[in-house]
Amino acid sequence: MPELAEAALKTNAWACYDCGKCTATCPIPRIGGDYSPRKHVLAANLGHGDDLVKNGSLFSCLTCGMCDRRCPAQVGYTALVQKLRELSYREGVEPECPHGGALHSVMRMMATGGTQQDRLRWLSDDLNTDPKAGQVFYWTGCTMYYDAFFPDFEIRTLEGTRAAVRLLNQLGVEPVVSPDERCCGHDLLWNGDRKSFELLARHNIKLVTDSGAKLLVVSCAECLRTWNIDYEPFFESPPPRIMHITEYLSERMPELKLKENDGQKVTFQDPCRLGRHLGIYDPPRHVMKELPGVELVEMRRSGPGAMCCAGATWSNCDRFAKRIQVERLREARETGAEVLVTACPKCQVHFRCAMKDPKIGEEILIEMRDVAELVSDALA
Amino acid sequence: MTPTSQKKTPKRTPPNKKTKKAPAKASPKASDTWDPNIVVFACNWCSYAGADTAGVSRIQHQPHFRMIRVMCSGRIQPGFVLRAFEKGADGVLVSGCHFGDCHYIFGNERAVEQFEKTKNVVRLLGLEEERLRLEWISAAEGVRFAKVINEFTDQVRALGPSRLRPKRQTG
Repeated sequence: MPELAEAALKTNAWACYDCGKCTATCPIPRIGGDYSPRKHVLAANLGHGDDLVKNGSLFSCLTCGMCDRRCPAQVGYTALVQKLRELSYREGVEPECPHGGALHSVMRMMATGGTQQDRLRWLSDDLNTDPKAGQVFYWTGCTMYYDAFFPDFEIRTLEGTRAAVRLLNQLGVEPVVSPDERCCGHDLLWNGDRKSFELLARHNIKLVTDSGAKLLVVSCAECLRTWNIDYEPFFESPPPRIMHITEYLSERMPELKLKENDGQKVTFQDPCRLGRHLGIYDPPRHVMKELPGVELVEMRRSGPGAMCCAGATWSNCDRFAKRIQVERLREARETGAEVLVTACPKCQVHFRCAMKDPKIGEEILIEMRDVAELVSDALA
Repeated sequence: MTPTSQKKTPKRTPPNKKTKKAPAKASPKASDTWDPNIVVFACNWCSYAGADTAGVSRIQHQPHFRMIRVMCSGRIQPGFVLRAFEKGADGVLVSGCHFGDCHYIFGNERAVEQFEKTKNVVRLLGLEEERLRLEWISAAEGVRFAKVINEFTDQVRALGPSRLRPKRQTG
């Protein structure tokens, strides 16, 4: 496979000196799973592609990026997995999706296009937005789909989206919220379906470019990674400034009028896309520390070492993923915090799912909210 | 309603070879009327048997559907239906036992939950809700099976081809 050598070269895999830190630091073997990033890197380097690409083990990777951080030779294992999964997909290997591939189907249908989505029903009257053009584009992500698809988890990821628009309004911004937005393609790209991803990328880039926006504010950590890194080759004109909602709020925090609060202890789950993939650790913390009465306590593992919610692309939910989630939730409870705050809707979906465990649900139950919700609640 | 005069129930026609040849033969006729592609999910104990009853009783109905048998309607998760739409289905019918008749006691109650979720997502996608239908058909209801199929086929035909059909696919 000639692509294998190319992938190994591009992702620095050839620099691997077989130390095994990646496997030692990977959350899956740490929790008891039989998974080895090192084996994959070696196989790619040796050109033993056939088995590697066809046996489906590549889809077990959480793509959390922990190994990338720890690797002394700077091998980009996550990037290698992304490339190899494309080869797998070409061979007809697909991940086992715990939701029967429903969400991937939704994304592919968005890539095909042809219908007018009904995705803005959540916009309430108090929110001011523009459907077409403006200086600031607010990227909603697919929270409305998550809320529709997971009614049994009682998730309210749309609350975070509404809160973000409310905050932008408070700061005097009437953002563009487009009914023609489509999935960013993150999950399709990470599952090897590059063709559909490219369709989505071109559509979305055109949408944002045509709106004339100079600034793109994104709530979802995965969308942000996709816009920042994976869309880069598709921009024909200079891209707008792309910011996470917490980065934007962090810059303009003094302008918000906040009310006094009785005191609330919160802890923060660093989404892997926001943290390890993009290096954004401080803005969400800064925002929370500015809130009156809110005390931020860190979990044992936080920042660059934060544990992942174990389910980035709707494709690798197994007993190890569940164990990772349960362990993480126990860590969150240990801090004594009342609320577990995240900056990615998927973290919410996956942790809420883990809390549904009938035997240990009580032990790991904790309220979950988006950073934007927390700030929006503190508004005077 | 115009039931075509086909003697066999469609699920009995051998797959692929015959179905592939059919449009070529029927092309002069097929050009003036469009026939939808419908996927029918049927549970093993009631609806599939209901279709069988329609077949052995020689009850005529429109043949533009492919039937997929599952053990229980509760198995029909959103992924099944959405994948059918993704691959170009113009309509999807989910069918199972009447309440109280489920072979697995409450499988059809699960089916309703799954169906509601699916419907929410289909609505968000901008696809017409009329392309999706849930029906209870017992093993004895051959006549009802034919009626539901005819109604649904006409309903989908009136809507025209699914706008989410992948572009490479035609007909």
